[in-house]
This record gives sequence, C-alpha cells and structure tokens, in this order.
Amino acid sequence: MTKYSALSVFRHALSGNKNWGRAWRDPEPKSSYDVVIVGGGGHGLATAYYLAKEHGITNVAVVEQGWLGGGNTGRNTTIVRSNYMMPGNTMFYERSMQLWENLSQDLNYNVMISQRGQYNLCHSPGQMDAARRRGNIMRANGIDAELFDREEVKRRLPYLDYSENARFPIHGAIYQSRAGTARHDAVAWGYARGADQRGVDILQQREVTGYLWDGGKIVGVQTNRGDIRAQKVALCVAGHSGHLAHMAGLRLPVETHSLQAYVTEPYKPLVDTVISFGAAHFYISQSDKGGLVLGGDLDMYNSYAQRGGLPIVEHTLASAKALMPCVSRLKLLRHWAGVMDMSMDGSPFITKTPVDGLYLNGGWCYGGFKATPASGWCFAHTIAKDEPHEDNAEFTLDRFNRGYQIDEKGMGPQPNAH
Amino acid sequence: MIRIKCPICGLRNETEFTYGADATVKRPEMGEQEQQPWVDYVFNRDNPRGWHKEYWHHVQGCRQWVVLERNTLTHEIGECKLAREVEQ
Ligand SMILES: Cc1cc2nc3c(=O)[nH]c(=O)nc-3n(C[C@H](O)[C@H](O)[C@H](O)COP(=O)(O)OP(=O)(O)OC[C@H]3O[C@@H](n4cnc5c(N)ncnc54)[C@H](O)[C@@H]3O)c2cc1C
Ligand SMILES: [Zn+2]
Repeated sequence: MTKYSALSVFRHALSGNKNWGRAWRDPEPKSSYDVVIVGGGGHGLATAYYLAKEHGITNVAVVEQGWLGGGNTGRNTTIVRSNYMMPGNTMFYERSMQLWENLSQDLNYNVMISQRGQYNLCHSPGQMDAARRRGNIMRANGIDAELFDREEVKRRLPYLDYSENARFPIHGAIYQSRAGTARHDAVAWGYARGADQRGVDILQQREVTGYLWDGGKIVGVQTNRGDIRAQKVALCVAGHSGHLAHMAGLRLPVETHSLQAYVTEPYKPLVDTVISFGAAHFYISQSDKGGLVLGGDLDMYNSYAQRGGLPIVEHTLASAKALMPCVSRLKLLRHWAGVMDMSMDGSPFITKTPVDGLYLNGGWCYGGFKATPASGWCFAHTIAKDEPHEDNAEFTLDRFNRGYQIDEKGMGPQPNAH
Repeated sequence: MIRIKCPICGLRNETEFTYGADATVKRPEMGEQEQQPWVDYVFNRDNPRGWHKEYWHHVQGCRQWVVLERNTLTHEIGECKLAREVEQ
C-alpha cells in the first residue's frame, strides 16, 4: 500500500492520477474471526484500527450494512471539542481531543482537523455562572477554556445581534481554542485504510440480522449474506443500538431520535470559528466550500427514518436569524438527518454487556463524532482486555442501577432533552 | 409535517402538540421492593424500529394527553386515543 505524501501526489499527477491503488481491500469473509465489529462508521472502524495497532489483534472484521461512513459519521456537523465537566466524561473527551491533534499523522490520511475554536454563548447571568464553573473544571483538568464578557465577544464576533432588540441578549461566552472541526468522511476512510493495512477485513453491504449462539453465549453473527463466527461481537451501530440489543434479548437505556443538519449556499468567508447559541439548541460554522453549516434540535419524537420534519427546519432557521440577522437572505442548499442513539443521561456506553460475548459502544447522542478516536481506542482496550480503561470506566450500562448517571446538563431521564 | 387526529379537535398539525414519552412503559406497584422493575420503568426502553405507542400533549389545542400509534421507521400514523381512555 502506498504511503501518501507530497511526493506521491506529485508522482501520480505525472501519470494523470490513473494509477492510485485502492485504499482498502474488498475481501471475501473468513469463516471465523477473533472479533467481529458490527457497524462501519467512525467508531467501528476506529475500534478495528486500535485493536490491530495497540493490541495486535488483527483477525478482525468490520461488518457494515451499507457503505463506510454512510451513517451518522457522514451526516454530522463535525464539531470537535472537549468541554465536558462531569467526572467520567472530562478526561475521555480530552483523550479524544489529543488523539485528534495527531490523527492525520498517525493515519497518514488528512482528516482536515481545523482547530478554529468554539464559542458557547451565554444569555443570562445564570448561564455565565454555569460557564465559569465548567471552565474552571476544565482548567483544573488541564484543558484550555476562556471566559469572555460581552465586549470581548462583540469584538471577536461582530456579526451577531447585539442590538436592543436581540431576543436573547449576549452576556458573554465560554471559549475553547483547541476545539474546531474535522472532515467527517476522511475520518471513516482514514481509519478504514489504517485498519485494512493491518489486516482487518472490511465487509460492506452486509447487514447483521441476528447472532449465533452457543448456550447463553454469542459466538458470531448472522448476516443477509451468510454466517460469520467470532469469539467476540462488538456493536458500533449508533441509532440502531436498541434494535441490535433487542436481538440479543437486551433492553437499553436508549431511544432513537432523528437529528437534522443544514448547509446554505456558499458564501464569502464569514464565520471562521464554531458558535453555539445558548438560548436555543443551535450552532453554526462555515465549511471550506463556503456553505454555512447549521445544526439544531432533534425532531423530538422517536424515529429511525433518517429524514427530518419541516417544523425543526423552521425552528433552526429562526434561531439562526435571532443570533445572526445577516444570514436571513441566504438560501439553504441541502438538509438531511441521521438517527441518534439518545441515552437516558446523555452520556455513552463503552462496555461489556450482560450477554457473554457481546460488547456495546453506543449512546452517543449528537456528540459522538468528536468522540470517535477515544471511543475506538477505549473500546479496543475493553474488548482486548475484557475490562475498561480508566477513561471509559464510567460508561457502563449498570450506572443506572447504581444511581451514577452522567448527566452533563442535569436534564433527567428524558432522551430528547439531552 | 406529521398530522395527528386528536379525538377532540380533529386533524391537526404536529406543531400544536408536544411529544411526551413512550406510552407502553408502566409504573410498578408503589410497594415494589425489587430494584430492577424501577430501573426498567425509569430508564430502559423497547425503542422499536416500527410501530410505537407514545404520549403527545395537545398543548395548543384542547390540552388533552393522547396516545398515538406511529411507525418510527415510516412515520405512518395509526390510531389516536385520549390517554385517559387507554387502559393502563
Ligand atoms: C445531523 C447530525 C449532526 C451531528 N453533529 C455532531 C457534531 O457536530 N459533533 C459531534 O461530535 N457529533 C455530532 N453528531 C453525532 C455523531 O455523528 C455520531 O455520534 C457519530 O458519528 C456516531 O458514529 P458511529 O460510528 O457510532 O455511528 P455511525 O456512523 O452511524 O455508524 C453506524 C453504522 O452501523 C451500521 N449498521 C447499523 N445497523 C447495522 C446492521 N444491522 N448490520 C450492519 N451494519 C449496521 C450503519 O449502516 C452505520 O454505518 C451529529 C449527528 C448528526 C446526525
Ligand atoms: Zn385536541
């Protein structure tokens, strides 16, 4: 396999770019593997990569029903940050941030990480207090955070609404300068290529429809194109977690909801950072192609449909206009939806399950893209060693039995509120 | 836009309603001593890919709670009844 470099780009240009090899194989499955990972999104592919790289476990298959990154990995708004304050979350997301910072080099694949900074706006004195508390917790853990007052936010982001008429006056913001965005497809492709190079089989267009059992233990998967045996089966299926858990006789503290994203027509450079509105669920950044990328609320009702409803489009655009009146004449080019694994406390699972042989990675809500590197790293550790790493030790299913929910926003067990 | 046939107000837009929760979850008897039934009640869900019974509140209409059957995969709408008339 070629190593990508400036020289290889130059060399291939001379031959008209006709001789690039494929980035990963399309193998026939073996009859059995040490580990079968279900789901070829970022998390599944990263898990395979780190199983091979960190633990030397290369007899691994990733089974994907569609194409790589066709789930939420290729549908998200690509914000990467590590501004979590609950024990259990803080250092996990910071591990992810540190892996992001070196990911392109590690994978020899440009994931286009752009640490352009992220602002969380505050619209009341109470929100400022909460932001100060969050920032202090971050800094106590060695994570960068800055608190800005209204004047400083106005100086940095002059295009927001600071007028007398602003529906939600801006009091200030908490800022993480290392936060930013990354290229979502490249993350899936980079991990796929890296895993494949280390011997992992990536099997696309193959849907897992059930499990192979030996007594009470899972020993493989049934797919629509034949059975595959495995010592360990690891789920990384995001919004389909409940469905695949159900096939194994488990009920999860998860509901599946749809979340939409929106892109406007290309526009001259305007938003050179990531801005989250604090008064409604809304955030905005700008892609390299110029489109403003907008995100908003869930559709609020359970859905596996992978398409969104119009009321939330209106709600999101109203939020955009309340925050940045200057966008009101831009046209939307596209909008789409992904199906989210919304957990009961807003935090994820990286854990063994009560079913022998079955491991679960899920419950990412709308924050799992940033988690991709650490999620794969910690899940690989959990699968290889049969025990969690300290950074994912709290992401168990039984935290709900013990009363140890990790609820960043104190919303309670209402999945659509996280 | 989902359109819900409220038993009192007739066919109305989803924007008049607020989504409540899964309507199949049942509270254990108050004297229940075991922990698991409570954990299941508060946290665990069937989360079906298909037909789902759910509470909606007609908050900008008659203000009644209704139980709606809706397909989570196709968004097809089924029966809608007043919550107080649905057997618990
Ligand atoms: C609109 C939107 C915006 C978002 N914005 C952000 C953001 O700004 N920042 C952030 O951090 N996160 C964000 N997220 C969340 C983030 O995208 C996800 O949490 C993350 O990508 C999940 O990755 P994954 O690999 O677990 O899931 P996915 O990429 O969804 O991968 C799961 C894969 O499993 C496959 N699968 C499912 N069932 C089966 C089966 N039976 N057999 C075989 N394969 C199966 C699916 O086809 C899919 O490819 C957003 C999500 C959406 C939808
Ligand atoms: Zn009504």
